[in-house]
Amino acid sequence: MIITKRTFIGAAAAAMLAALPISASAQGWEPRRPIDFVIMAGPGGGADQIARFIQSVAEKNDMTSRPLVPNNKGGGSGAEALLALKDARDKDHTLLVTLNSFFTTPLRQEGLGVDVQEFTPIAMMGVDPFVLWVHADSGITTFEQFVEEAKAMDGEFVMGGTGKGQEDSIVIAYLAGAYGLTLKYIPYDGGGAVAKDLAGKQIMATVNNPAEAKGFYESGDFVPLLAFSDERMESFPDVPTLKEKGHDFSYYNQRAIVGAPGMSEEAAEYYRTLFAQVYDSPEWQGYLESESLSPMPMNAEETRAYWDTQLQNHRDLLQQVDG
Amino acid sequence: MEILSLLAGGVLTALEPLNLMLIIAGVSVGLFIGAMPGLGSVNGVAILLPITFLVPPGSAIIFLAAIYYGAMYGGAISSVTLGIPGASTAVATTFDGRPLALQGRASLALVTAALASFVGGSVANILFTLFAPVLATLALSFGPPEIFALMLLAFATFVGLGGDDIPKTVFSICLGLVLASVGFDTISGEPRLVLFDIPGFLRGIGFIVLAIGVYGIGEMLWTIEQTRGEVTTTNPRMTARGMMNDTREAVQRGWKGTTIGSFLGFFVGILPAAGATPGSLMSYGVAKMVSRRPELFGRGNPDGVAAPEAANNSASTGAMLPMLTLGIPGSPTTAILLGGMVIWGLVPGPRLFVDQPDFVWGLIGSFYISNFAAVLINLAFIPLFVWMLRMPFTILAPMIFVLSIVGGYAASRSIHDLWLIVIFGISAFFLRKFDYPLAPAVLAIVLGPIAEPTLRQSLLLSSGDPSIFFTRPISAPIMVFAIVLILLPAVKLFRRRKTETAAAE
Amino acid sequence: MRKGEISLAGLLTLLSLYLMWKSTELPVGYIRGEGPGGGAWPFWLSVIMLLSCIAIAVNWWRGTSPPSRSEEAMLDSYGWRTLLLVGGGVAVFVALINIVSMYGAIAIFLFYYMRLLGRHSLLLTSTIALVTPVAMFFFFEGAMQIPMPQGMAFTQPVFDVLYDILY
Repeated sequence: MIITKRTFIGAAAAAMLAALPISASAQGWEPRRPIDFVIMAGPGGGADQIARFIQSVAEKNDMTSRPLVPNNKGGGSGAEALLALKDARDKDHTLLVTLNSFFTTPLRQEGLGVDVQEFTPIAMMGVDPFVLWVHADSGITTFEQFVEEAKAMDGEFVMGGTGKGQEDSIVIAYLAGAYGLTLKYIPYDGGGAVAKDLAGKQIMATVNNPAEAKGFYESGDFVPLLAFSDERMESFPDVPTLKEKGHDFSYYNQRAIVGAPGMSEEAAEYYRTLFAQVYDSPEWQGYLESESLSPMPMNAEETRAYWDTQLQNHRDLLQQVDG
Repeated sequence: MEILSLLAGGVLTALEPLNLMLIIAGVSVGLFIGAMPGLGSVNGVAILLPITFLVPPGSAIIFLAAIYYGAMYGGAISSVTLGIPGASTAVATTFDGRPLALQGRASLALVTAALASFVGGSVANILFTLFAPVLATLALSFGPPEIFALMLLAFATFVGLGGDDIPKTVFSICLGLVLASVGFDTISGEPRLVLFDIPGFLRGIGFIVLAIGVYGIGEMLWTIEQTRGEVTTTNPRMTARGMMNDTREAVQRGWKGTTIGSFLGFFVGILPAAGATPGSLMSYGVAKMVSRRPELFGRGNPDGVAAPEAANNSASTGAMLPMLTLGIPGSPTTAILLGGMVIWGLVPGPRLFVDQPDFVWGLIGSFYISNFAAVLINLAFIPLFVWMLRMPFTILAPMIFVLSIVGGYAASRSIHDLWLIVIFGISAFFLRKFDYPLAPAVLAIVLGPIAEPTLRQSLLLSSGDPSIFFTRPISAPIMVFAIVLILLPAVKLFRRRKTETAAAE
Repeated sequence: MRKGEISLAGLLTLLSLYLMWKSTELPVGYIRGEGPGGGAWPFWLSVIMLLSCIAIAVNWWRGTSPPSRSEEAMLDSYGWRTLLLVGGGVAVFVALINIVSMYGAIAIFLFYYMRLLGRHSLLLTSTIALVTPVAMFFFFEGAMQIPMPQGMAFTQPVFDVLYDILY
């Protein structure tokens, strides 16, 4: 046995779960084929990690009669995934794990003809806040210093991110607009690459989800300066929010499960029950905490209303990025 | 010797009955997954991830590492027996492995591949054990300009690979690079080259689609047409004595490539943005360059099998280094392993070595054991793979077509890609007829997606000033070296022409 | 061969031109302070492709490349027949996937190739053509968890039974 304590906790959790009734088939509809679990990103990124985590929770506790099969369709910044859902042959067996490209990609690529409001809301698994990071060697410890430094460097301050129109670039564009900063933005093809180049000091700062920077934060290489959440985050109680600095702006990555457009009501109900079980599982609750996700439970109508406001917000924010 | 005692502990952990069983099972599964064209370690690892909940996390990652190793060995099998590189890391293995198989020496190629892989893996394990933290810092000093310089070097080592017809070789390289840019431009965040506005192109054109098209369909059509369907690969029956002879020959004729591949592969592999494929390609190129008889390469030289195979195993072990020391994945497979670690409640990152030494050294210990198990299991299966080649060609050929199509679908799950495979295959048949070399296009589609973004990131960093490549301490020497290598053949050609004209006068 | 060489070069020229034209959807120039635009990489590489095609044509005219000197036919009747039967067979195989599912298409293709092109016995052909797809089903759907495409609605009951066995 290598990690006895962990094994023990695992066994205890498994025993607890065994005592709970874990059958999701209250309504009678059951999937008859493997469920296509489409992921809006390539293998290995943050979105992929979450999707595989959810899949493994369902698998481990034997919650479904047919497996959830992860299917990475990251092409065209998620456009490929949205089209796969829109044109799904088997609507009752096709699900999507989203990030915010769910909102931005249809707005930026109107030719796709995707209207996300046609999609079937299933479950909101949580939202992922964003944090501004610098390297410890830069000597910057507060957000004010960051603003000063960026102004002094006048266009030579280098930030890295996952690409124009992506979540972090929206936050950076807002920040630049609000404080009159000229920043140099280097796009990478994934959060891991950005973290690596910040650790190697190829870039000076980045904005991303805490999960992606956590290892370097714990080793003392990265310093968090500002959170873009509504309230201070539990895992970073000393980090101020942008709201405290007097700007009414917060930004989260949506981690939701969405069904194909035209999914039958019985199937949607089945999946809602299923993911409610995943959500309540000790594994997912532990994940929410360890990866600093915020819970945001919503039912189907609330989700649609949320999508409406998000689409409107993103339309405005994307204009800032492009303009 | 703190490291040694930690490692000994790790090896002992890996030798526990449960773990040893998992290693043997993992290696065998990995071997077959790797041998299927279109499936690679990434599939094996991703699928088995949830299963590993049944065992403790330490054993789980040992199991997954064993699959990873098995798949790396398996990649060579489809390159040699089917002529289709099962994964991008095994492209270079086809260059000499396939000719060997057609000469009836498939067993020599497979034995060479297995032994070279073993040496590569072992060298990498030792380097890993001794220098992990130092190398991690080195990896971090490679930013976009350095990676671009390295990609240029990878191309440079391949200048000599094309055919004799220079315009056709240039065409092939550029075609590969352009096909690689189809889909989406990460830098501007815009869709790009969505050919004929077919949405299927949004995901781009994967390496595997081109490779299966060219090798699985095109090459097969060409072989059938050339030989009038009378393909006779007289691979002799495998005997113990034959295996022994092959082993001796593999050692004699493959040690040089193995040495080059083991070290070069490792150093390229530890760079998160580069990975095992450029490592194996560069090793092949370098082995050919330093060889006294470079003309033997591409015609069935065991050195040409040994170099890329040693390199891809060495590099795959190297790719674990940034994952374990920095929490940064060097390849999609390590990215999924990383996800697995998060699922098991471990925090990947710089502190993993300090906070979870048992876990880290248990894993490293399992690399040694997996590598050992992999070479034994692989050698044991070689007679089976050679036996498959003895099937009548009219059964083998349709099987290869079926594997191509099924594997092509499994890789991306899109029918669109299957049509592309058919189109590429038939086009490749005609291009091949007119002496267009196609290997450069396949290489270009692998290196292009690394080269282009790093070039543009570098230029963004320098505000558009190309001198950035020549002013940074690591990228400058690599750039200069690469440019010299590219110009070398041109200079040689010029000299030869001069002497020829002089002689004529 | 001589005619084929220049026709192929002509086709590749058209391909290069198309790729150049398609690349211009994004800026192909050098943006000040940023480096090359999004379309620059494919555009200029396509230009090099075009230049290579011109060089190939020149070599053809001067007769320096082997195919441009060869007078034999590119493909004789056997060659065309092979291309049609084998290449066409693979294309039909792919076309069938959406109708009779991946596994059905495999069975039909194997039967076609081994029986009609390979002239193997009916027993051997049928055995391989049936065993292969079934083995593939359990390997991909069961072990690898990669669902293969299913055909039109009529194939559905078969899959439902198979999945019941599997899970």
